[in-house]
Amino acid sequence: MELLNNLALGFGVALTFENLAYGFFGALLGTLIGVLPGLGPVATIAMLLPSIYALEATPALIMLAGIYYGAQYGGSTTAILINVPGESSSVVTAIDGYQMARKGRAGAALAAAGLGSFFAGCVGTIIIAAFAPPLTELAFKFGPAEYFSLMVLGLIGAVVLASGSLLKAIAMIVLGLLLGQINTDVISGVPRYSFDVPQLTDGIGFVAIAMGVFGFGEIIANLGQPKENREVFTKDVKGLWPTFADFKAAWPAVIRGTALGSVLGVLPGGGALLASFAAYTLEKKVPMKPGEVPFGKGNIRGVAGPESANNAGAQTSFIPMLTLGIPPNAVMALMVGAMTIKGIQPGPQVMTSNPELFWGLIASMWVGNLMLVVLNLPLIGIWIKLLTVPYRFLFPAIMTFCCIGLYSLNNSSFDVYMGAIFALVGYTFYKLGCEPAPLLLGFILGPMMEENLRRALLLSRGDWTTFATRPLSAALLLAAVALIVIVTLPAIRSKRKEAFQEE
Amino acid sequence: MKIKSERDFWSGVMFIAVGAAFAWGATEYRFGGSARPGPGFFPFGLGVLMAILGAFVLFKSLTIESEGGDPIGPWAWRPLGVVVGAVATFGWALPHLGMFVALPLLVMVSAMAGSEFRPKEAIVSAVILTFGCWGVFIWGLKLTIPLWPKFIGA
Repeated sequence: MELLNNLALGFGVALTFENLAYGFFGALLGTLIGVLPGLGPVATIAMLLPSIYALEATPALIMLAGIYYGAQYGGSTTAILINVPGESSSVVTAIDGYQMARKGRAGAALAAAGLGSFFAGCVGTIIIAAFAPPLTELAFKFGPAEYFSLMVLGLIGAVVLASGSLLKAIAMIVLGLLLGQINTDVISGVPRYSFDVPQLTDGIGFVAIAMGVFGFGEIIANLGQPKENREVFTKDVKGLWPTFADFKAAWPAVIRGTALGSVLGVLPGGGALLASFAAYTLEKKVPMKPGEVPFGKGNIRGVAGPESANNAGAQTSFIPMLTLGIPPNAVMALMVGAMTIKGIQPGPQVMTSNPELFWGLIASMWVGNLMLVVLNLPLIGIWIKLLTVPYRFLFPAIMTFCCIGLYSLNNSSFDVYMGAIFALVGYTFYKLGCEPAPLLLGFILGPMMEENLRRALLLSRGDWTTFATRPLSAALLLAAVALIVIVTLPAIRSKRKEAFQEE
Repeated sequence: MKIKSERDFWSGVMFIAVGAAFAWGATEYRFGGSARPGPGFFPFGLGVLMAILGAFVLFKSLTIESEGGDPIGPWAWRPLGVVVGAVATFGWALPHLGMFVALPLLVMVSAMAGSEFRPKEAIVSAVILTFGCWGVFIWGLKLTIPLWPKFIGA
């Protein structure tokens, strides 16, 4: 068995003391920065890049990978506890996870997220090992038209996410796409909507929007309410562990999320983010059992599914990076940079020219995931203690971490000012009843969508039918149309309304 | 014409205004054609789409009845002003006055956003948070953040 030989080689590399130590350090650091809203893996890996000059290539990459998946764990912790997604991929986790926390079930939510992530991480590792070569061929078939159609499908899928008006949710996506247009045009190099502010030519930071809208905006909204109906947590925390019923409800969601995340993670541009959104959409489509808590009100499936999916996606997003040398997201782009620093040309040849690195990295992911579970499950008790802190102590602390995080993004006050502006914007959305989650997804996918749309049109010489005549692209667009039709059908529409309004 | 949903009415107005502004701004950039889309192509299309969606929202808010008029309700001016102000002040103060001044300032000011302001508690949490942040960010993560006011350090 070639696979077993390869994995044996990998574990031989990953289980050396040095690599274990760097893997553990990476996972720990990743969890820490994931818990701190604003300080993400991108900033941390960027800060650590100079330090890897002193390291061998394999431990360096193992450590960086540890930061990446450690941050996925940590990011979901803040999403659940204080409704501030530490990572873009835990935006949907916040929807149901935070509601669970408010009902005193933070422990169950955190455990479901941790165990689901571990399961997904194990499966993801096996998938990378077994399917890396054939799966890259699937990714090869994707041209710009397919990417564009896939993103349309992803965005439409996200609409089903929003509670409230479908029309306003679509409008919020478009608003997100428009905010993503404040940047330097990738193709022509023209700065757009920058008003001669140099910082705006790099675009608005995702973190500034997320913190402003979800962090500060939420604080303002909470403080604005009379003390009685403020969005706070119940004091009685019901057990640190999920009940048997929780396990029974969560495990099918974990399996579905893992499967979906593994597939979507391979596609460049998607990765963990798209996987978590798609998994949440899927969970909402699965029929409810009688007596189940509705989505958006603290359903455990809404935590387990997306969390498994984003971890599976985070793992399998290594496939295009390791095999094609194409980074599917910003973190992978830095990994490519790290490999180049160490004199390794990322691409299909890595598997044959540096087998210890390739398989050692894969094996270390599994080891790292195990470490994370061991590290995180005991910490749940500590995280829950945090919730019993009165709000008047909690919100200045949240603001402190957010502000430091914003400043340290680029070591400049500019992102702090942007955070302040988006605090105002976020509160306005709250008052107008506009859901901000779709906006964030639109914002992240906007530049990629534009690039692929324009590439596709360039390739087809301005022929718009290219999106409909390429079979894969047509199938993806059809799925998007079908989603809209299904959601607007009167019967389902009233169901959807019911689901969101039930208490 | 009577507004049937106040929230949707103003949402619609906001979407139309933002969409129109982006579309108008896009005319500054080369539009190009379908075959060679320029930098203004995508934002213009999006801006127009946004305005159209906004018009639909606006239209709905004037025609479809909603429960109790769906009012926006009173704005929480005090938390809004204090939070936004505290964050903006911090943005200015950190590079000029350093973390050991800017952070306590941020905590003290933002504590005033709540209806219950207790000076003693605010001072205690300011001290704890400042040292906690020093431990995590400066000592632990080695971030380069100015610590003291410029006129002392330099």
